[in-house]
Amino acid sequence: MNASPASGTRPAPDPILYLDGVSVVFDGFKALNGLSLIVDPGELRAIIGPNGAGKTTMMDVITGKTRPTAGVVRFREHDLTRLDEATIANLGIGRKFQKPTMFDALTVFENLELALKAPRGPLACLRWVLDRGARRRIEQVLEEVGLTARMHDRAAILSHGQRQWLEIGMLLMQDPELLLVDEPVAGMTDQETEHTAALLVRIAGQRSVVVVEHDLEFVRALGSKVTVLCEGAMLSEGSIDHVQNDPRVIEVYLGR
Amino acid sequence: MKRSLLGFLLVLLLALPASAQDHLATALTGLGDGFGQTAEAVERLGALGDPRAIPLLRALQDGTLRRTPAGTVLLPDDTDAMTGAKADAAGAEGVRINNRVRQVLRGALGRLQLVSPDAVERLAAAEAVFRTPGLENVPLLQAALARETVPRIRAQLELALAASQLRADDPAGKRDAIARLGTAATTEARALLIEARIVNPELATAINVSIAAIEQRLQLRRIAETLFQGLSLGSVLLLAALGLAVTFGVMGVINMAHGEFVMLGAYATFMVQELCRGIPWLAPWALPLAVPAAFLLTAAAGALLERGLIRHLYGRPLETLLMTFGVGMILQQAVRLAFGAQNREVISPAWMQGTLLLPGGIAVTQNRLWIIVFGIAVLLVVVAAIRFTRFGLEMRAVVQNRRIAATMGIRTGRVDAMTFAFGSGLAGLAGVALSQIDNVSPNLGTGYIIDSFMVVVFGGVGSLAGTLVGALTLGVVNKMLEPYAGAVLAKVFVLVAIMLFIQRRPRGLFALKGRAAES
Amino acid sequence: MSASLAAPAPGGFGRITLRLVLIGAVLLLALLPVLNRLPMDSALHVSDFIVSITGKWITYAVLALAIDLAWGYAGILSLGHGAFFALGGYAIGMHLMRLIGPRGVYGHPTLPDFMVFLGYQELPWYWLGFDHFPFAVFMAMAVPGSLALVVGFLAFRSRITGVYLSIITQALTYALMLAFFRNDMGFGGNNGFTDFKELLGMPLNTSSARSTLFYASLILLLGALWLCTIVTRSKLGRVLVAIRDAESRVRFLGYNVTNHKLFVFVLSAMIAGLAGALYVPQVGIINPGEFSPGNSIEAVIWVAVGGRGSLVGALLGAFSVNALKTWLTTVAPDLWLFALGGLFVAVTLFLPRGLIGLFSKAPK
Repeated sequence: MNASPASGTRPAPDPILYLDGVSVVFDGFKALNGLSLIVDPGELRAIIGPNGAGKTTMMDVITGKTRPTAGVVRFREHDLTRLDEATIANLGIGRKFQKPTMFDALTVFENLELALKAPRGPLACLRWVLDRGARRRIEQVLEEVGLTARMHDRAAILSHGQRQWLEIGMLLMQDPELLLVDEPVAGMTDQETEHTAALLVRIAGQRSVVVVEHDLEFVRALGSKVTVLCEGAMLSEGSIDHVQNDPRVIEVYLGR
Repeated sequence: MKRSLLGFLLVLLLALPASAQDHLATALTGLGDGFGQTAEAVERLGALGDPRAIPLLRALQDGTLRRTPAGTVLLPDDTDAMTGAKADAAGAEGVRINNRVRQVLRGALGRLQLVSPDAVERLAAAEAVFRTPGLENVPLLQAALARETVPRIRAQLELALAASQLRADDPAGKRDAIARLGTAATTEARALLIEARIVNPELATAINVSIAAIEQRLQLRRIAETLFQGLSLGSVLLLAALGLAVTFGVMGVINMAHGEFVMLGAYATFMVQELCRGIPWLAPWALPLAVPAAFLLTAAAGALLERGLIRHLYGRPLETLLMTFGVGMILQQAVRLAFGAQNREVISPAWMQGTLLLPGGIAVTQNRLWIIVFGIAVLLVVVAAIRFTRFGLEMRAVVQNRRIAATMGIRTGRVDAMTFAFGSGLAGLAGVALSQIDNVSPNLGTGYIIDSFMVVVFGGVGSLAGTLVGALTLGVVNKMLEPYAGAVLAKVFVLVAIMLFIQRRPRGLFALKGRAAES
Repeated sequence: MSASLAAPAPGGFGRITLRLVLIGAVLLLALLPVLNRLPMDSALHVSDFIVSITGKWITYAVLALAIDLAWGYAGILSLGHGAFFALGGYAIGMHLMRLIGPRGVYGHPTLPDFMVFLGYQELPWYWLGFDHFPFAVFMAMAVPGSLALVVGFLAFRSRITGVYLSIITQALTYALMLAFFRNDMGFGGNNGFTDFKELLGMPLNTSSARSTLFYASLILLLGALWLCTIVTRSKLGRVLVAIRDAESRVRFLGYNVTNHKLFVFVLSAMIAGLAGALYVPQVGIINPGEFSPGNSIEAVIWVAVGGRGSLVGALLGAFSVNALKTWLTTVAPDLWLFALGGLFVAVTLFLPRGLIGLFSKAPK
């Protein structure tokens, strides 16, 4: 295997995320079919595609949930295909799931506390004391996601939109270098959607963000480069206007 | 007294002209005069090779041979053993025998039967002579060999000849015999050779070669028998696990009362047997009748359990596990109170009893053979039910996507109940089979439930092929380990091995792949 | 400390009330051996039977705590915790056997009776050291702990969870039972260990030994409760709850779930081992029957009845179910198994939060 990126035309800095020829086969069904994707440090990238295009599988591959059948998956210099979920998360990859997933028996505050970047071992957790700095950090994020008033409520009783926010908050607590955000605005009001877009754009300065979303208005609001997936491979890439006018994309979305 | 004298004269009269019977008469001398003399007479009769001695010796063996005070030996139908004519039975008394005579008698009869017209009898005779070797048999055996055409009997005769030749002083004959014994695969032949090695140290090399050959064949037979026992245990596990493969594997419902359903199936067999006992023409059909009875009983119990209790715990597997364990406890205690804690006897029908001898001397017990057959038959029925019936189609549909199935008009609740009932009914069938080889007691199921779960986990949840391979593998491995580790440690080893195996393949041998399996 | 934030007080039944009830119950328990010393005709006299059976229940309560820690908090439903309990019991049993010395039936200076009977010439190597009490106590924790470490490592690493783990642990205790039934294991086979004479210099059949063991059990109970409280109130406790409810999500937060589960599983096994170590001198016997899968699952139902995920609930369950058992097996022995089976069904169907759930408002 050649370690250097295949596309020599890019003079850009070393990519933070590098996928090349990634395939995932489930019982003969190709969920990913030779997918290649490069994300630069600090980049905000939107990924769209019809159902079954392989968006979630791509996230599974990056976060170590699914092992690719073939291909290269790198985060900085790390080969992600050999690492488990926890190690990958600790390398600095955070993920928000399509269906917001958190710990219902715990309060909003506790959910954020668990996500807070801190030593993760069992003994470290046993000795863990919430100091002033950590508390302030949690309170900041609570403010950011608008859940300050609900910090002592159990996550189970939050509304769908609030759950989305809580999960975004957990993502922020992790302080990752790369954020994988799967459908963040489903179930949100227009105002919340705008707020989310602004938040993601703001974050993207220091970190890389990959957003999977159906809502094209939202993607437009992000103003980022867009990658269109179809049948497990990249179909088109460029600005939102570029891909919206790409006949192949139009065919996939409208043609059939 | 007068009449017996008359009888004696009559016998004399009849005997005199028959000079051809002289040797028989000579041989008979002393029969009944005491155990020692009787034994000698029997020995002589055996060496004679006269077929007429056969009924005589048989009667002696059965204790129906009598002798008149005059010395005439009478067969049970009051005919003279020598002439075959009717004789006067007055005052005749049974000829008594003891163990020494019995032993001699067996050998003698064996030798005589070598010339019997009945092939089965000849074979038995050859085997008998083989077991009582002696120099005196050699001419007899050689004569028999010359006439014999049936290959199996010839082989046995040659063995017997070899055994007898070993007693002779002729070195060439001995070597010949040693080589011949080497082709047999019996422990008797090996014992003979080992014995011969002590007496003939000069022939040790040849004997060792033959012993090695025998041991190799015995080893092969042992392997075959172990394999059979393993397959038999495997098919028991298969029967017990098939129901689990449906309830746990397909539905994902963990039913800890499955073992108790197996137990119920065994008790259903017992009850059917008791019901049929009073009706003579029905009695032999008790076991075949028990099959549907056990299936229906446990299927009904299963449907009741699913609709009444388990349905409320879908999506909570740990609670289901605990709840069904409690149900199992209640069932066990209920049966204990109803039938008593002691074992109930289920009698195997005649066609399932006894041992079948396969070529190569492999012994298989009939009931275990039938259980293998039954296990395969049930597996085929399950496969067919899932693949080819409407019920199977609906079941697969509900498993794959409950909501879509419901929108297509499938009543998912009913399918759940039927699937669970089907799996439970299979447990009942396992109970029918187990009643034939194990004690029917209230805790019958507990011994099998853990093993059955191991089969399902090992084979791969949701895969019938996995269940089949898993059950047979576990059965065979268990039986293969037993001679080395003992039954208990073999079980422990198997459990440990499964735990290690799951390390490499957490989803079992025949794992489902793909997104569905990931969740 | 975030403790005040972490675990919201169990609703209407305030934490203060709960604590008061708990302290009262402990004081009441502590009083039992004292009341036992009162003259027989005193109205407050407590019989030997009550003291010894309560002492036994206390060790059961410790086992229940151990199970609750693993199941109620980390979602590890072990159906093999009875094995850890029994191993702890066997460890102390070995010590007690060594202490019999030449007082056995065969009068052998070192070998226990069953070894003389089975023709042992000398002590097996794994019996060495058990003549020292501290070593035996150490082994009562170390052996269950190591077993839990190995089994847990294999199971958690390959992500065997839920019912699969339950089945595996059940198979484990079943295998141990079969193994301990064997005479050649060197643990007394079918009969196990019994006829103990003394412990730490005190003859076991005296009432002072009884009350000493009783107080030791009570101290163990309080210690275990304290330890479990620390664990569950810490961030580790919240990680465990998170693992229980959404294991894979915890991984995506960067927690190595295997290590956390292993930690709590081993800790739980060691607590169970110590409970077994105090159980055996009080009942005076240990045999392979203690490994039977039924025992383990019965202990699980104590926790379910009391209320899993609540340490006090586990204690409540252990005491109430065992009290019911003692009463019912004397009044109507045939009914006990029906009652126990019925408890399994009733609790899972109608009382998922256990008895303790009756006292607190539903969280949802």
